[in-house]
Amino acid sequence: MTSLPSETKKKLGLVIDLDTCVGCHACATNCKEWNTGGHSAPLPDHNPYGARPDGVWFNRVHSFEVRRGNRPNLTINFPRSCLHCENAGCVTVCPTGASYKRVEDGIVLVNTDKCIGCKLCSWACPYGAREFDEDEGVMKKCTLCIDRIYNENLEPEDRQPACVLTCPAGARHFGDLNDPQSAVSQLTAARHGRDLMPELGYKPTNKYLPPRARKVDSADIGAPDELEVFKAEGFLGWLDTVLSK
Amino acid sequence: MHPAFSVIFFTTSSGAGYGLLALMGIFGAAGLLPADRWVGLAGLFMALTLISTGLLASTFHLGRPERAWRAMTQWRSSWLAREGVMAVLTYIPAGLLGLGWIWFEDTRGLWAVAGIVTAILSWITVVCTAMIYRSLRPIHQWHNDWTVPAYTLLSLMSGAVLMSVLIHLFGVDNNYIQGLTVVTLAAGWGLKTLYWGFNRRSKGLPTVNSALGIDAGDVSVLELPHTSDNYLMKEMGFKVARKHADKLRRISHLLGFALPLALSLLAMFISGYGAIAAVIIAWGSCSLGILVERWLFFAEAKHTVNLYYGATTV
Ligand code: SF4
Ligand code: SF4
Ligand code: SF4
Repeated sequence: MTSLPSETKKKLGLVIDLDTCVGCHACATNCKEWNTGGHSAPLPDHNPYGARPDGVWFNRVHSFEVRRGNRPNLTINFPRSCLHCENAGCVTVCPTGASYKRVEDGIVLVNTDKCIGCKLCSWACPYGAREFDEDEGVMKKCTLCIDRIYNENLEPEDRQPACVLTCPAGARHFGDLNDPQSAVSQLTAARHGRDLMPELGYKPTNKYLPPRARKVDSADIGAPDELEVFKAEGFLGWLDTVLSK
Repeated sequence: MHPAFSVIFFTTSSGAGYGLLALMGIFGAAGLLPADRWVGLAGLFMALTLISTGLLASTFHLGRPERAWRAMTQWRSSWLAREGVMAVLTYIPAGLLGLGWIWFEDTRGLWAVAGIVTAILSWITVVCTAMIYRSLRPIHQWHNDWTVPAYTLLSLMSGAVLMSVLIHLFGVDNNYIQGLTVVTLAAGWGLKTLYWGFNRRSKGLPTVNSALGIDAGDVSVLELPHTSDNYLMKEMGFKVARKHADKLRRISHLLGFALPLALSLLAMFISGYGAIAAVIIAWGSCSLGILVERWLFFAEAKHTVNLYYGATTV
């Protein structure tokens, strides 16, 4: 059913730290690696070693430059994947029931056995989180690694999304954003986590942590404005005068 | 948005078909058209052919056309599903109207009711098509109050232009019908001009800053995530140069509206072969103009995903 659940028990999602992300693409690479053998496998990979490779990825890492007047410029590395929105327009537009949002955890999935490949859901997603599989003629998207997070064949500490586990900078966090006590909720509150394009009303579950204030002035690191001038006396004073000639 | 030919063809062809079908229903029920077998056959055949080829074309762009029937199941939430359901339902009263008109040569009584129901369902189907676009919040050029009125009026207009051809071919001299064609052309032209004006002036709320959750600063792309165009860029990154678009808009103004309007007006005052030629040229020109209009409808629609690929506003 493509009507949305009025509420979900959990709101599983990701918290992505734009302060620490170094833009290494490890999350995107490991996402592709896991998912090309996972729930939505295989993910198309056309012309992978050619001049114009093409294929389906559930996670893409952008890099932006932010010019901020007289403050120093920022480089923002921005991983973009499905935000598992509460008010997921991608689900309600689906005419077949292939797209759905799970009541138990809020994960948004595509049932590729029902999908007719009309692509309307990708038009309805503001964030570009859905990519069309030309080979199978169906839509694919991030599954929040549903085949990892509940996978009892994995060690408990490995029951996390592939992108989260692989991030070398610890910039991705996974958890229940419905539970105010969870680590991800606490982190979001402490760092003023943001919704993307809140004006569209999709109520994304994933949050983005904006970069922390940069340490620009000496006062930011507790150092004096200028170093004290050293005044040498005695023999050192004489040496200083001779050498300064 | 990428202007896919199958969708452009579908919306224009089925739009004209539903417009004509609705007018057949109304004019038939009102007794403005003769209850003659051949008039009924020609009109309904034209309308249903346009609708059916349009619907068929729309399934060509599906990844899995063999599953198309599934597209009717989610009518509770999806405008696309509602459109599918309404499109199929419309065939029922249209079939009854055809039975009365073509077999019994009667368009009164219950057959007239079938005509009215056909017109209402046709109109609802076109509204559903328009609502598919109207409901997409990431595309400001569609998610506004102009989309539905423009779609429905242009559908009625292109149906009326075809109706003019029909009445002239069958020598039905009715200035009410021809007058309606003139009125819908004028109204359609006015509405579409206002709609284009709205799209020129207005922008969507999201910006690159809100797309990234970064409040202050001028954001520009440093590096893209991939070295060649992906699905998102091919489907939603379509750009048309302003100069190019404006030229096409002038063509659409001329072929879609101005010329058919002038010729339809002329046809009210002349008769014989001259009038027939006028309405046929009006129809050909209008069809081309509306195809261009629909191409622009897609090509000028800016999806918010472009904010991640270099656009600062949409
Ligand atoms: S990010 Fe896009 S695909 Fe994911 S739930 Fe939200 S609207 Fe749907
Ligand atoms: S492409 Fe598939 S999942 Fe998306 S709206 Fe169409 S049928 Fe639903
Ligand atoms: S949660 Fe899984 S599927 Fe989603 S972006 Fe991360 S690795 Fe990819």
